[in-house]
Amino acid sequence: MADSNWLTSFPEMERSDLRAIKKALDGAYREFSREYGEMIESFFDPLLSFLVWFEKLLISTPWFIVVAVCTALVYLASRSWKLSLGCVASLLLIGYFGMWEDTMRTLSIITVCTMVSIILGIPIGIAMARSNRVQSIVTPMLDIMQTMPAFVYLIPVVMLLGIGKIPGLIAVVIYAIPPVIRLTNLGIRLVDKEVLEAATAFGANRGQRLWGVQLPLAMPTIMAGINQTIMMALSMVVIASMIGVKGLGQPVLKSITNQYFTLGLLNGFAIVALAILFDRASQAYAKRTNAHLGDFKHD
Amino acid sequence: MTKPLIEISGLYKVFGRNPKSVMERVKQGMSKDDVLAQTDHTVGLKDINLKMEKGEIFVIMGLSGSGKSTLIRHFNRLIDPTEGKIMVEGIDVMQLNTKALEEFRRNKMSMVFQRFGLMPHRTVVENVAYGLEVKGMKKPERLEKAQEWLDTVGLKGYENQYPAQLSGGQQQRVGLSRALCTDAEILLMDEAFSALDPLIRSEMQDQLIELQEKLHKTIVFITHDLDEALRIGDRIAILKDGVLVQQGTPHEILLNPADDYVEAFVKDVNRARALTVETVMKPPLYRITAETIEEALMQMKSLKHDYAYHVTEEGYQGLVTQESLQDAVDDVSVSNFSDDIYEEVPAVLPDAVIEEIIPETMSCEYSLPVVDEEGNLKGELERSAVADIFAEGGEDPAEKELEKAS
Repeated sequence: MADSNWLTSFPEMERSDLRAIKKALDGAYREFSREYGEMIESFFDPLLSFLVWFEKLLISTPWFIVVAVCTALVYLASRSWKLSLGCVASLLLIGYFGMWEDTMRTLSIITVCTMVSIILGIPIGIAMARSNRVQSIVTPMLDIMQTMPAFVYLIPVVMLLGIGKIPGLIAVVIYAIPPVIRLTNLGIRLVDKEVLEAATAFGANRGQRLWGVQLPLAMPTIMAGINQTIMMALSMVVIASMIGVKGLGQPVLKSITNQYFTLGLLNGFAIVALAILFDRASQAYAKRTNAHLGDFKHD
Repeated sequence: MTKPLIEISGLYKVFGRNPKSVMERVKQGMSKDDVLAQTDHTVGLKDINLKMEKGEIFVIMGLSGSGKSTLIRHFNRLIDPTEGKIMVEGIDVMQLNTKALEEFRRNKMSMVFQRFGLMPHRTVVENVAYGLEVKGMKKPERLEKAQEWLDTVGLKGYENQYPAQLSGGQQQRVGLSRALCTDAEILLMDEAFSALDPLIRSEMQDQLIELQEKLHKTIVFITHDLDEALRIGDRIAILKDGVLVQQGTPHEILLNPADDYVEAFVKDVNRARALTVETVMKPPLYRITAETIEEALMQMKSLKHDYAYHVTEEGYQGLVTQESLQDAVDDVSVSNFSDDIYEEVPAVLPDAVIEEIIPETMSCEYSLPVVDEEGNLKGELERSAVADIFAEGGEDPAEKELEKAS
């Protein structure tokens, strides 16, 4: 230690050492991405082509068909005329204000991100519920994923895969997946012990317990997790637009840099409208399908 | 007696980090509290030995924390013992692997739970059919069978409701029919009626007894209620702090409690409701078997008693007094036994509960004849014997000590 006044200033590590560490890590990661980047990219190719196909489908389909299909889905999920009318009105307004294409792009990436999150998240949640060790490993990882500023994990993703849809998708999934994992875990752990014991006593094996008892009883909680995941994915759209994800986020980004207040507001409202539709429809669906689970404690 | 259906021997259960390590201390007889204090392990069950016969209702009773619910979970290995052997129909349950254990649970034993353990996302009929579904039975078949059981327990018309829509008693009927639906020979009932209010509870007890008369299952019944145990149990085992303190038939437990713990239990029991006529009656001392009145009077005089029960080849006929016999002999118009000679005395059944026959006993000046369903005279029920039942119940402990001493 060269300086002796460590009492007044923190005894930091030498600047040169720190620089060396940074350099070494950056270099190693750059090497790694140069070496394996393409391989990893090709691994995601099927997902990319699906994403592109889905986006094209939404954009090339005549708008009135898209409106009709969306409204039908909302109605099927919620069985509410009010919400379905709201869906028609908001989609028409979005189109009228010239945001149709961007909205379709956002819709497609949100749909795919949610699907990926569910497909990955629910099995991870189940594994966590089964083993305390898995839970103790996964929980801190989820904490990091949720608290780490999104920009920070954009850097390695972009270094590895460049700019585009797939890095955007990965960033959104990392940000949005924790709720579905956490709530799947919680939901399964909260399943009434006696009901599970009854299933075991009647000779149910692991699979029968999982599909017949645990998942159905955890469903309200899991649905809440999926709902949260959708909301977080939507809120991530703006940040993802920084790395080339097209959609409603890009005009927002543009209006920040150029101070276009109205443009930002309109696109912001479009995101809010999508969020409300997703949220209300999925919650109404969960509520309807799990109606008889509600007041089990009878007397 | 044939080989017992269920046999449990040397069963120990210790809860804690490393149960095996404290087994030695437990076996040496260290108390539960000392084990907990010294090793941070809880002794759940200690050296349990039980034998259950086919077709009986075996009640395990104890207060909360006595280990009874832990014990019943060993029968189908919802809990694994620390040490011990569990034999069911000659199968060593401890040796079964996961797959075989699942098969065993599907076919041999079914269970009814205290808080019902019904699946709230399934309709009533789907709940009842659950055991069959697990076995892999086709849907139409299993629903049909489940429906039959629902009808049997009196829940016809409720099949498409969800459990939450039913009252507690109805929910437990669903639980019971779910257990019966698999046709398992052994029924485990873990405080099955404890969560129900008293009226529904006694209704369910009646239903269980009624069903058992038809089905002849082997039932292991857990309860903390001695009245319930005495009412439905063929045999009762009493558990205290994980140790079996007494096993026996209801009246053995009532009349000879093994220690102070059991005695304290027995004290509050309504004995008149728990005991049957059989257990307190005496063999009939005074009986006459004569064909004619004259012979009867002769026999009566030799008995040196002023009344007797008249029994012929067709069984019990009635109660006659020396006085009425004498009158009949004196009266020339009467030559044979007729209804006029017999006193009006009600006969009681040997398996009648004392409580039900108290009015008859008290209003009659003679000992009541105990006559079974075939008409055979089984014994006589003295008024004093009935009165004693109540006296014993309220007996002063000091008095009992004196009695023992003398």
